[in-house]
Order: sequence, then C-alpha cells, then structure tokens
Amino acid sequence: MNSLHDMTVAELAQALKTKQVSAVEVATGFLARLGGNPHNAFLDIDSEVTLAQAQASDARLAAGTAGPLEGVPVGHKDVFVTRDFATTAGSKILTGYRSPFDATLVQKLGASALGGAGMVTLGKLNCDEFAMGSANENSAFGKVTNPWDTARVPGGSSGGSAAAVAARLTPAATGTDTGGSIRQPASFCGITGIKPTYGRASRYGMIAYASSLDQGGPMARTAKDCALLLSAMCGPDLDRDSTSLDVPAEDFTASLNGSIEGLRIGVPKEFFGEGLHADVRAALDAALSEYEKLGAKLVPISLPRTELSIPVYYIIAPAEASSNLSRFDGVKFGHRAKDYTDLVDMYKKTRAEGFGNEVKRRIMTGAYVLSHGYYDAYYLQAQKIRRMIADDFQNAFKSCDVIAGPVAPSVAWKLGENAGDPVADYLADIFTLPASLAGLPGMSLPAGFGAHGMPVGMQLIGNYFQEAQLLNAAHRLQQATDWHLRKPEGI
Amino acid sequence: MSLTPQDIARIANLARLELQPEESDRMLTQINGFFGIVQAMQAVDTTGIEPMAHPVAAIQDITLRLRPDVASEPNQRDLNQKSAPAVERGLFLVPKVIE
Amino acid sequence: MSKLVQGYEVVIGFETHAQLSTKSKIFSRASVAFGAEPNTQACAVDMALPGTLPVMNIGAVERAIEFGLAINAHIAERSIFARKNYFYPDLPKGYQISQFEIPVVQGGEVSFFLEEGQETVRKTVRLERAHLEEDAGKSLHEDFIGQSGIDLNRAGTPLLEIVTQPDMRSSDEAVAYAKELHKIVTWIGICDGNMQEGSFRCDANVSVRKPGGELGTRREIKNLNSFKFMQQAIDYEVRWQIDQIEDGHAIQQATVLFDPDTGETRAMRTKEDAADYRYFPDPDLPPLVIGRDWVERVRSEMAELPRVMAERFVKDYALPEYDATQLTQSKAVAAYFEAAAKACGQPKLASNWIMGEVSRRLNASEMAIEQAPVSPAQLAALIGRISDNTISNNAARQVFDHLWQPKLAELVIGDTLEEVTAGVLALNALKQIDAIIEAKGLKQMNDTGELEKIIDDVLAANPKNVEEFKAGNTKALNGLVGPIMKASKGKANPGQVNALLMKKLG
Repeated sequence: MNSLHDMTVAELAQALKTKQVSAVEVATGFLARLGGNPHNAFLDIDSEVTLAQAQASDARLAAGTAGPLEGVPVGHKDVFVTRDFATTAGSKILTGYRSPFDATLVQKLGASALGGAGMVTLGKLNCDEFAMGSANENSAFGKVTNPWDTARVPGGSSGGSAAAVAARLTPAATGTDTGGSIRQPASFCGITGIKPTYGRASRYGMIAYASSLDQGGPMARTAKDCALLLSAMCGPDLDRDSTSLDVPAEDFTASLNGSIEGLRIGVPKEFFGEGLHADVRAALDAALSEYEKLGAKLVPISLPRTELSIPVYYIIAPAEASSNLSRFDGVKFGHRAKDYTDLVDMYKKTRAEGFGNEVKRRIMTGAYVLSHGYYDAYYLQAQKIRRMIADDFQNAFKSCDVIAGPVAPSVAWKLGENAGDPVADYLADIFTLPASLAGLPGMSLPAGFGAHGMPVGMQLIGNYFQEAQLLNAAHRLQQATDWHLRKPEGI
Repeated sequence: MSLTPQDIARIANLARLELQPEESDRMLTQINGFFGIVQAMQAVDTTGIEPMAHPVAAIQDITLRLRPDVASEPNQRDLNQKSAPAVERGLFLVPKVIE
Repeated sequence: MSKLVQGYEVVIGFETHAQLSTKSKIFSRASVAFGAEPNTQACAVDMALPGTLPVMNIGAVERAIEFGLAINAHIAERSIFARKNYFYPDLPKGYQISQFEIPVVQGGEVSFFLEEGQETVRKTVRLERAHLEEDAGKSLHEDFIGQSGIDLNRAGTPLLEIVTQPDMRSSDEAVAYAKELHKIVTWIGICDGNMQEGSFRCDANVSVRKPGGELGTRREIKNLNSFKFMQQAIDYEVRWQIDQIEDGHAIQQATVLFDPDTGETRAMRTKEDAADYRYFPDPDLPPLVIGRDWVERVRSEMAELPRVMAERFVKDYALPEYDATQLTQSKAVAAYFEAAAKACGQPKLASNWIMGEVSRRLNASEMAIEQAPVSPAQLAALIGRISDNTISNNAARQVFDHLWQPKLAELVIGDTLEEVTAGVLALNALKQIDAIIEAKGLKQMNDTGELEKIIDDVLAANPKNVEEFKAGNTKALNGLVGPIMKASKGKANPGQVNALLMKKLG
C-alpha cells in the first residue's frame, strides 16, 4: 500500500472497504499533514469534528452499511455552507458565520447515515472572495500558493481546493466553477477537475456568485476519482433548487474504460490563436497526438464568438452577483460595522469593511449595467449573445463529439503579477468562459508541462449531459500517459 | 461609454458601499477600462434573438417547477439567528428605520 | 362624468396588495399563520441565509389564476419573475422577488355601482395587471430606543399586487372600487380580506389636472388599511394638491402616508434614487408556464362569481341591477337571499327586507349575516303573511323586531313568555311567525263586516269630514282614516279601509 497521501480516492475507498486501513487512521494521517496550513489552503480545520466523522464511517464499514466512498477524506471549498465548520466564502463579511444547514452537495458526499457517499470532511478550503478571481489572490484570509512553485498562483477561484489536492493534503476536494474556477486552478496545479452541465449539481447551500453560471464539481488527481465524486454529487434537488434539472443521477464510472476509437475531437481555431503561449500550445499538441494514437480523430471547428465571451460573462456575472450579495448587510448574520450614524451608514460601512476590492468592483459594475437606462444595452444584449454562443457550440457538435483546447493562455503566473489590473485577469479567462456561458460540462486534465516546469491542463468540453463521455476520454488519456501522476517536488 | 465620478457616487449609493476618495478614483479608472472591452459586444446585431433564461434552454424548454402548498418548516429561530449581530426577544435589531 | 373639485379633475389609480390565503409562503415552506412569535415562521430561505434558493408554491399560482378569471383578464401562458433590488431591513435578500415586464395576469376589469346624486351609475375600472410577489417582513419601533426590531415572519408571504389604470375620478369611486375588489378576492377565497391584519393593503396614486389637460404629477398614498381612511386621505390629498397648484407650486412626485389622527397626508422622507430598482429576470426561477388546460380546470371549479350571480338574479328574479349587486356583496348574503326568495316566492320583497331591515340591524350591531337571529325561512314566512294580508307591513316589522331581539315585556297578557318561547322554538318558521302574530295580537282585521261597522261609526261621528270630502277636499279623508285605525286597534287592513271608505262615500 502506498503512503496514504499518495493514494487516489478509488484506492483509499478500496483499502477502507477491505479493512486494510481504518477511517480514523486515514483521517489522522491527513490531519497530520495540515499542520501549519501549507499553501494557506485551508480556512477552517476541526480535528474533533473530522475524527468523529471518521469514527462514524468506521462503524458503517463494520456494519456493512457503508457508502461508496466511506471514510475517504474530502475538503470543501468555503462557498459550500456547512453546519460543523465555519463558512466564510473567503470574505470578512461572513466572519463568525455558522450555517444551520449543510449544502446539498456536502450532504451528498457526506454521512452515509443521511444518504451520502460517506466521505469525511477534512475542513474548508480557501478561495477567492465569493468565488471572484482567477488566482486566489482575492481571499480576505491571504493568498494561496501553488505547490509546484510557491512563488506562483494556484489559479482561482478554487485555488485552495486545487493546491490541497496537488499537495496531497486531501485526496479530493469540491470546487465551484462559474467562469472556469474549477478548470483553471486544476490546470495550474496539475490536477483533474470537472464542471458538470448547469443544473446537474444542486446549488442549494452553495453561496451564490452568478446564479445562472455557478456549478459545483469535484477536483482530484484522476478522472476516475472525479467520476466517483461526480456520481455522488449529481442528481435532482427538486425541493430546494428550482434550477436543478430533473435528470437522474448517473454512474459516471460505468463507461470510463470504453474505447475512444473514432472519437471526434473538435479543435476550435479560436482557441489556438495569437494569445496562446507557445509552451502551452506545445503541451496541448503533444496531448492531442496522444489522443490520435488512441484512435481519436481531430476535427477543425470554429467557435466564432469566443472573444465576445469575455464582455458577455463580465456583464452577466457581476450583474447577478451585485444582486446576490445584497443580502450581506449586517442585519441577519455576519459582520456589522461598529461605528455608524444611522441605518444607511450602517449598511455602507458594513459592506465597505466586509468586502474586498474585487468584490466591490464587480458589485459596482453589476449595479451599473442593471441600472436604469443601461439594462437593454448591456445585460439584455449580453444574454442574447449568450444564446448565440450556446448555438455556436450546438453547431460545432454536429461535426465532433467533444471539444478540446487549452484551459488558460499560459501556465500559472507569479503572485502579484496582475495586481491592479483586473482586466488582464479577465482576458485570461477566454477559453473557459464560453462553456460556462453555454452551461456545457467541461473538464481540465493534466496535459504535460510548460514554462518554468509548471503544469499545463487540457480542457475537454462536452455537449449537455455528456459528462460520462468527457470522463471516459480523460481516463483513456490518463491510462496512456503519466502527467497526472507527477507531483510537486518535496510532496 | 465612459463613467463619471457622479456615476460612481450614484452606483456606490445604490449598492450601499462607502468608498474612500482614492477608492472611488481607482474604481472609476478600472471600471472604465473594463467598459473598453465591452464595446465590441454592443456592436453585435442581436435582432430576433431571445435572451437565455437558463443555460440548458439552448436545447430544451426549462420551466418553473411548482411545489405543493404545505407548511413543513419547523420553528428553528435560535439556530437561524445564532450568527446574528444583534438580536433581542427574537427580533433582529437595526438602527431605527425612519419613514 | 367626472366630479370636479374647485374646477380640477381628480385622477386616481390604485395598487392593492392582497395576501394570498395559502398555508405556506410563496418561495419557502414556512407557515404564513398570523400572530406567531417573531421570527418563528422565518426559515433559512426567508432569512436569506447564504446558499438558500426560492421554490415556487403552486397555491399562489392557482390563486392568481382564480383572480384573473374573476376579473375577466388574460392569464399569461408564460410569465417571468424578476428581482426588484433595494435595501431595507425588512427585505432580507436586499431584493424582492416580484414580476416586472411579464406578469401572470394582464388586463381585466372591475365593475360596481355608485350613487351619483339621485342616480345609480355603473362604473368600470380597468385593471392594468396583477402579479405575484413576496411580502416583506415587519419593522417594530415601539419598544426600542433609537433602534427598530425586525420580524421576518411576514417575509415571503405570497402577495398578489393588483394595479388599475388611472380610471377613477373621485374618492367615492375609489372607495367603491376598493370595496368591490375586496368583495371579489374574499368571495373567491383567495384572500381573507382582513384589513386590520394587513391582508388587503391599498395604495392610491392621486393627481389633479384641469379638464382636458395633461396628467398631473401624482403622489402615492401608501398603506391605506380602512375604507374610511381611504376616503379621508384622498379627499385631503386632492385639496392639498389643488392648494399647492393654486399657490404656484409644482407637485413633486412623492410617497405619502396618511395620519388618521390629524386627517392629513404627509410626504415620507425622500429616498434618493428611489426609482432605480434595477429589475432583471430572477436567474433562480425559470419562466412560469400556465397551460390552458390548467386555466380551464380552475375555471370549471370556481364558484359562481358575484358579477355572474348578480346577472342571474336580474334575469331569474327580475331584480333591478342595484339590488342584485347589493345582494351579491358576499356569498353569505347571496345565499340568504336565495333561500328566502325561493321559500316565499317574492324575490323583490325579500330583497327589500334584506337591504333594509336586515342590513340596518346587522350594521348597527356589526354582525355578519351568518349570525343574524332571523333565518331566511323565518323571513320568507313573514313575507308570506304580509302577502296574504294576515298582517300589515307595520305589524310585520314588529314581528321581525321580536324575532331579532325578543322583548319579553311586549307579550300579550295571557300568554306567558315561557309558553310562547318554548313553543316557538319547537315550531317551524311559519308556525313561529304565526305564533308571534297571535301572541302579539297583530293579525289584521280582514273581516269586512266588522270593519264596515267601525267605518260607519266613525263616519257618523265625523260629519264635518264627510261633508268636506264630498265637497271635493280629498284631504279630509285623513281625518277619518286615523280614527278608523285607532278603533280597530291598528288591525284594519289599510287597503281595505280606503276601498270601503270610497265605496261608502261615493
């Protein structure tokens, strides 16, 4: 048996089921690695809670009532509300907040006595404040560092999740993806992550950033691990989330080993233009060659409105966010300013003190594009182009089965490099935004290394409800290559 | 489409954000920088295109689900209020609301 | 026809918020029962805790459909929920989920009758729309110094916001509209109409203009929760606006509150940027689709609407429109009327009695018709005894009076109270009426022989009147009728008296 921290979710689940190791031993092993909070990945840890969950898992394993992932540790991005851990969404405005309920996805992965997969929570993971950011430099509780090079960003907004998995602090983590926040940090940290079709994973208990874009998903080191977690996470939540689709839960591991002979991989020309750094392109070319060796066919396609996805996303997401974040007002929960003159002053100071700069910027932008006289020109226009972008994908899928391309134009940049220029960050989202806007499932899997030895991720985008196909394609590549098995020095 | 300092003040008020003067200035520059990239979007001809309500609406009609009219939530006041900044006799306290 | 005030035309539109009579909230499963301890009926969704989402209550939609059908409106096949964004402590999300561009009910109208001078005029107010939205919580100011206490129990209660076109031209019209709307929503059972508890809240948009001129700037009087206050507030506001204009001041758009103690309207503290709600479709709620078969099913299950019933009363019972409207003010009154009318076969008489005696007594004791001591069967029996000349109208009123409030001292000597009351309770309505008539000696004298004798006696005793009458002075008859009635102890049938007198005097 490998060291615990080198084991995948699948391996740990098996070891636990066959009683080679106990859940308490596994939990203890991982908790020991969290001392000093490497990479500032975690925001809340409570070993008592974790060990109690582990004990319960051991009881279930003994009784033969174990869930499919019983006793396997998981970390939750801090935008998922949890009863037993603090929740901050990376923000000071939620200082001291304890949710009275667990997010649906936390429940679905959690205690098997309550119908979950039986995973044990290691803690809450750092992220960009309210999931707004691409480098995890916007957390109120400090930046997260990339385990491959601690002078570099891990990506965002699920930077803590990606770093924790890459550094083997946890075998798996949950993330959320609104414009690329699972895929891009997975790419920067050399791990695997998947965002399901919009509406397949419940948003109940996932602190809302942009309601029509947010989706939760798993981050782990292999496609198989992602498939295991995604199978538990997806499924209708009809009583609590009106945007949850009535599509049955699926076992995404069932077809992992299927042949991809003849799989048509669409390669969008707009994804391989000037802006793509040469090192990333080289890594992708190599990965695509591997796919050809496996029998897949590369098909040139076009997604003509790729560039438009940037302004469209950065109109729609801030607009929705500006409204979603209005509930943070110092009245019912969270931070309230100490000194104020009246009610309005209380609101203004509370929110000024509680929110960071990027959040304020997006709230302002969002409020502006919705304000009187501008709605048609900005928000409405953006939602129309959004449909056109979705239609472009449908068009493309006539001639291919999955779409492949880069996740980001470059490898992870240095901490502080983009400070003060938010637009530079926005532009780097160009490859992940289109699938977000269309609501299509998308994944990132390790596809080699680029400049400075930093990981490069390949993005796979599928048609609606085609997660199994994506995971199958990813798994087959991971059987033929070993990029996903590499780990940062010293881990 | 350029914002003015008055726009920033008005929006900050609408959004209930107190901005320090240097914050306002910085915000103005950054947001105007952002609107530079928005121009391309406005030039697109979207005549006859329906805005997208739910992403999957691209391939199927997504409509509002209706739940039965049943009051099943129990009283969980203490639990729900445990993170409240100021509570007295079950009421959330705020600076006086003047009409 | 508009009623000008100091030469100005008054223009009024109404917005009414009716709380829908569901069991749970519009977007959460918390209870909506009135009067619970603060925040005990505010679940996580109602408190806008992070991560919560709205899920739509079918009962609210069904009630919106019922309302739309009741006012002959178009029920939208697809309607959209939108967020109305503003900050207020009783609005936990910092936005209200409402409907903006595409509401569930579109158009429609409400008709009612209004007394204008001597005439009864039929008025119709057009509705612009009615849409679903959630109610806010409540702010309590009394017990806290410098602070307010927020109770979110009410937050999320389903509301139907009903908006009229600015069709009303006087406070009378406005109040009549409000009363008719109140009747409709309570009749069809979608709202309990309890104005004290805030189930039915009206805002009046009031402006004035010179006839033929452009619409004036309107001010909105908020939260009028009684018909009396509505009238007072509008009247005051109209006079205030006219005074302002006459003094050369322009009217500023404002929201005003009515102070019942002073009888005045007063502008609320102006809210800067008040109108910029940044409406956009709520991304948490896909479009609401209402199929035509659902609408038809609701239509088929709805009770007869007051307007339709009134038309039926006009047709089937030959009642004037005014009567029919009065009698369909509530299901209970209509049922009372129909029971009485069918039992006695005299619908117009039944109507007169109900609109007259019954209503008067009900209003005086603030009683609902369900609590009336006189049953439709008893009223019908009473009417029967008038029609067959057993008793006069005057006597009937005495019987009615007794039934309504039995006065023990008035019983005829010889019949003890116990005998009559016990006996009365055991008998059916007609027998009850007859027993009271008998006990009070109210039977009319229909025996013409006896009556003729009395008349002859009176004629003999009053030769002067006879002479004057025969000379052409018809008023001289009055001097004879009085003594005749007195001699008969009030039991003479006045019709017969007149007929016999005419016969005897030629």
